Amino acid sequence: MRTAFIEQLCALAEQDERIWLTCGDLGYSVLEAFADRFPARYLNVGVAEQNMTGVAAGLALAGKTVFTYSIANFPIMRCLEQIRNDVCYHNLNVKIVAVGGGLAYGSHGYTHHAVEDMAIMSALPNLIVAAPADPVEARAITTILVQHPGPAYLRLGKAGEPVLHADGVKVEFGKAICVCDGGDLTILSIGGMLGTVLKAGEDLRRQGIHPRILSMPFLTPLDSESVLRAASETGVILTVEEHGYGGLGTAVAEVLASSGVTTAFLPLRLARTPIKIAGSQEQLRSAQGLSTEGIVQTAISLCRNISQRNAPPQNSPQMDTR
Amino acid sequence: MQNDPSTLSQRASQLRAHAVRMVHRSRASHLGSCLSMADILTCLYWNTLRVDPAHPDWDLRDRFFLSKGHGAALLYAALAERGFFSVDELQQYCMSGSRLTGHVTSGVPGVEFSSGSLGHALPVGCGVALAAKRENLQYRSVVLCSDGELDEGSNWEAILFAPQHQLDNLLLVVDYNRIQSFGSVRDVLDLDPLADKFRAFRWAVREVDGHNMQQLVDTFSVLPFERGRPSVVIANTIKGKGVSFMEDALAWHYKTPTAEQVSLALRELGVDA
Repeated sequence: MRTAFIEQLCALAEQDERIWLTCGDLGYSVLEAFADRFPARYLNVGVAEQNMTGVAAGLALAGKTVFTYSIANFPIMRCLEQIRNDVCYHNLNVKIVAVGGGLAYGSHGYTHHAVEDMAIMSALPNLIVAAPADPVEARAITTILVQHPGPAYLRLGKAGEPVLHADGVKVEFGKAICVCDGGDLTILSIGGMLGTVLKAGEDLRRQGIHPRILSMPFLTPLDSESVLRAASETGVILTVEEHGYGGLGTAVAEVLASSGVTTAFLPLRLARTPIKIAGSQEQLRSAQGLSTEGIVQTAISLCRNISQRNAPPQNSPQMDTR
Repeated sequence: MQNDPSTLSQRASQLRAHAVRMVHRSRASHLGSCLSMADILTCLYWNTLRVDPAHPDWDLRDRFFLSKGHGAALLYAALAERGFFSVDELQQYCMSGSRLTGHVTSGVPGVEFSSGSLGHALPVGCGVALAAKRENLQYRSVVLCSDGELDEGSNWEAILFAPQHQLDNLLLVVDYNRIQSFGSVRDVLDLDPLADKFRAFRWAVREVDGHNMQQLVDTFSVLPFERGRPSVVIANTIKGKGVSFMEDALAWHYKTPTAEQVSLALRELGVDA
């Protein structure tokens, strides 16, 4: 995903001289592609994220479209106040890029687990929060963010994610992408979980359950319309994210609760407890149910609950089953 | 451009008087901080900065960033008197619905950037200076910060950064009144030797009496102090300067003057009530 991002950014920078890239001393073997081609618009600020973000705000004030780049939590947490006050408050053209969202740096330990980032970022004013699922989404969203004036947060995976979308898939600002349609439940996926969700979808179909699968690359603005349509058409909503509380599950719950629509709903996400053991991204995800099996089991029990709830009462006609 | 020191000093007194009235009217605070930087701001806006009140967004204007955003009353007074907006609007300072909030807020004509949380403007000023430097544009980036906010690590990140990129179009002015929000700088987190610290970080340093208008005019007229290096002026100032009972007193970071104190202050400033 990061390769797709940097390739796309270079292609855009070729056309648009306002595009700058700054980093906090990270990006080895990735950012050289930009630095070599556009040295006058590249800047390694050093291990100094507050200054990186402030400098980016200054460059944006001078008319630039500035990408800040670092890994996991580094480009957002130390410099959160710079993002809030300098960038978002002033609605500046700064795009914050974090590589290794979620548990991509699994074995590096909790300092490197970006699992609260979307909750924090989605609370900020004017900020677009995007988490692409695959290289196709990453390329398209990089372009969308350049076209969209104002601040954005782009949460990327690391490297080597497979292409999941067919050629010509339509990626639109603030819109969900329907990856497969079905009527038994809807699985909403954000970021790099989509591959696992698609595999779970195949398993479910083999068992006679037909899920609608929506990739939700934008947390803000959220495609509430697609969420509500899914709720009314399928009656069961499962959200899947490599993130803790305050992310897609929370946002979707708010949309559903505010609308008054009756639906079964479950957010599949990470627990609040910091992970203190080493493990690959796959292992750490699976330990919290973010695996093909975990998604399948959760989906089945959610569908079973709803069918039991909707079944006509038997043996106790006097009881109000509702 | 105004060069006569006594005229500039009179102007500074007028700005101080505005701040006293504004803070009194709105029952606000931070008067000591406003008074301490009045001479610096006057010199900048009437002598040093290339700005055009009729065209606040002029591409090649010098950019000024007030990092100590709590000094908003004095900045607004300077901008109004300089012609960026009506002096009458100063009466609305901190009043309900007013755009003149208690900390510097962008959207007010002449204000480049909002501030309030400390340690933000120098990195931003560096970014603006870097953009000009790389594109060979002739505008300058000027940041005024307090001494207390030099406790913030973000400032030292930027202080490392500016000489690395040879930002000689950047000027930092430190309003060194030696009182921070909850004690003297020496007692809380001593900055001395401050000039040596900047020298060690490869800045070109000048120390001035921040209330001596001739020194300010002379110092700001020879920017940059060294080619290829950012400039810093450490302006030794007195918190509350110009009103005897507010001078060098921590309490006037917080207190609102009474009507009687306003009269006394205006008399001392030589400005009619």
